[in-house]
Amino acid sequence: MVKVLIPSGALGLGYDRAALARGITQKPDIIAIDGGSTDSGPHYLGTGTSKYSRNSTKAEWRELMQARAEAGVPLVIGTAGTCGADSAVDWLVDITREIAAETGANLKLAVLKSGQSAADMATAFDAGRITPLPAAPDVDADTFATCTNIVALAGAEQIQAALDTGADIVIAGRTTDTAIISALPLARGCHAGGAWHGAKIGECGALATTSPNSGTILIEFDADGFTMTPMGTEARATPHTVSAHMLYENSDPWILFEPGGHLDVTGATYTALDDRVVRVIGSEWIPSDRYTVKLEGARLAGYQTVSITLVRDPRYVAHIREWCDDIQTKCTAKAKERVDGEFTIELRLIGVDATLGALDTSGKTGTEVGVMGIVTAQTEALSREVAKMLNPYLLHHPLTEQEEMPTFAFPFSPPEMPRGAVHEFCLNHVLTLDNPMDAFHLSVEDIGA
Amino acid sequence: MTALSDIVTKIRSKNAGPFWLTIDIFCGSADAYDTVSNGLDTAVVAQVFGIPVSTLKRFDIKDLNIVKFSLPRPEIQGIRLDRDMHGASFAQILTTLEI
Repeated sequence: MVKVLIPSGALGLGYDRAALARGITQKPDIIAIDGGSTDSGPHYLGTGTSKYSRNSTKAEWRELMQARAEAGVPLVIGTAGTCGADSAVDWLVDITREIAAETGANLKLAVLKSGQSAADMATAFDAGRITPLPAAPDVDADTFATCTNIVALAGAEQIQAALDTGADIVIAGRTTDTAIISALPLARGCHAGGAWHGAKIGECGALATTSPNSGTILIEFDADGFTMTPMGTEARATPHTVSAHMLYENSDPWILFEPGGHLDVTGATYTALDDRVVRVIGSEWIPSDRYTVKLEGARLAGYQTVSITLVRDPRYVAHIREWCDDIQTKCTAKAKERVDGEFTIELRLIGVDATLGALDTSGKTGTEVGVMGIVTAQTEALSREVAKMLNPYLLHHPLTEQEEMPTFAFPFSPPEMPRGAVHEFCLNHVLTLDNPMDAFHLSVEDIGA
Repeated sequence: MTALSDIVTKIRSKNAGPFWLTIDIFCGSADAYDTVSNGLDTAVVAQVFGIPVSTLKRFDIKDLNIVKFSLPRPEIQGIRLDRDMHGASFAQILTTLEI
């Protein structure tokens, strides 16, 4: 049997400290926590930075390092620094060294990096080793060079290699959410379907319980399946909360693709052992005939400057789209005469259909409308320049020629807010590997006093 | 005819990675599940999202009283034209559907 303690759904999100302490008394074999995902958008992978504050991350990581010391077991984090790019891994390694120095701990640290070079990926693409997944954007061999960061998602095999070094702490770059949880149970011969299924249920911590905010859960893996126990006293796992979690952020509720195969939970059964503990058996792991890892890549998509104005005049509110369309046409034409380079101007109606755009058919307006101008251009300077040309329109543009010049409400001076570089995801592909470690780099170091 | 939101307990939407969107309709009871499962036309759902029905995946999960849809994201997460980084608002489109 292998017990995996999961402190929370992500480092930096916070958790119930009493629940974590209770988890330590259960003598886990490993502590595993996720460090990120793509869910916050392409900025983090594009820039190779973390979403969460350094101070929050350090405070929580210090507590987990302390919990690890008490339990005397490995502590593993996957997708370090939100995006798992090499620079984000270095960021967490730096924090870890700092904590070790401050606490006087002597630790063996294994670092697993997932970053890929553009040149290697272009070669792999030309060799037919990179293939698209459903809904993948078009790419060619040149696409990779446009990416600021490319990462491959490590699976259980690479985490096992890191654990095999005997490390106290494993800091991994991009991994699948499940790999850090399934790695040890799989290495020790637990049921493969149960290992991956339990890992999927546990990846978000207590999200698969009645008290998502309590964070900490314990999953026990064995020869037939897994048993999930929440560590928060109020939290309850039920067959419904556990089985329903297969749906979460998953496009197929029965199937989960992982490096080396896929999980099929069609035949899984969920049994309540009491009113808060659930046992699951019957999940199946189907190995694939080739070993593939998913790739993520983000590239620069331009530079943005935004402006917001507030329109309250009832006649303008009633004709707001007309007003915006007119500004967009006139300002675009003027800017094209006066600047060189590619740019776009978009006006979004906050309070009308800014969330859903054309998919929103309700068509209602309130008493006021926020108008957000978004200028995207190929350089920072051009983006700001065009936004400055947009300003007189947002300030004074009349609905018709034959009327007194109107003035609209601006909450800020200056009204132009540069957002800097903006990025976009551009890969939804898999890379075929001959050996699971081929695309990854593992190193070990001693840290501390 | 009743609005979907008046029949079910919750409709949520979320990213399933940067390229897919998934929508879970929690019916709350076997009766509500039967109503939704039998009454909700996949072609109509595809229509309100403006996509061909062939690209919409549907899962009727009787054990959980849930009907789930997955579709390629209307805009890739975070690109210039995307308005909803987490895909949270797309569930709203289904709430007013009459069945």
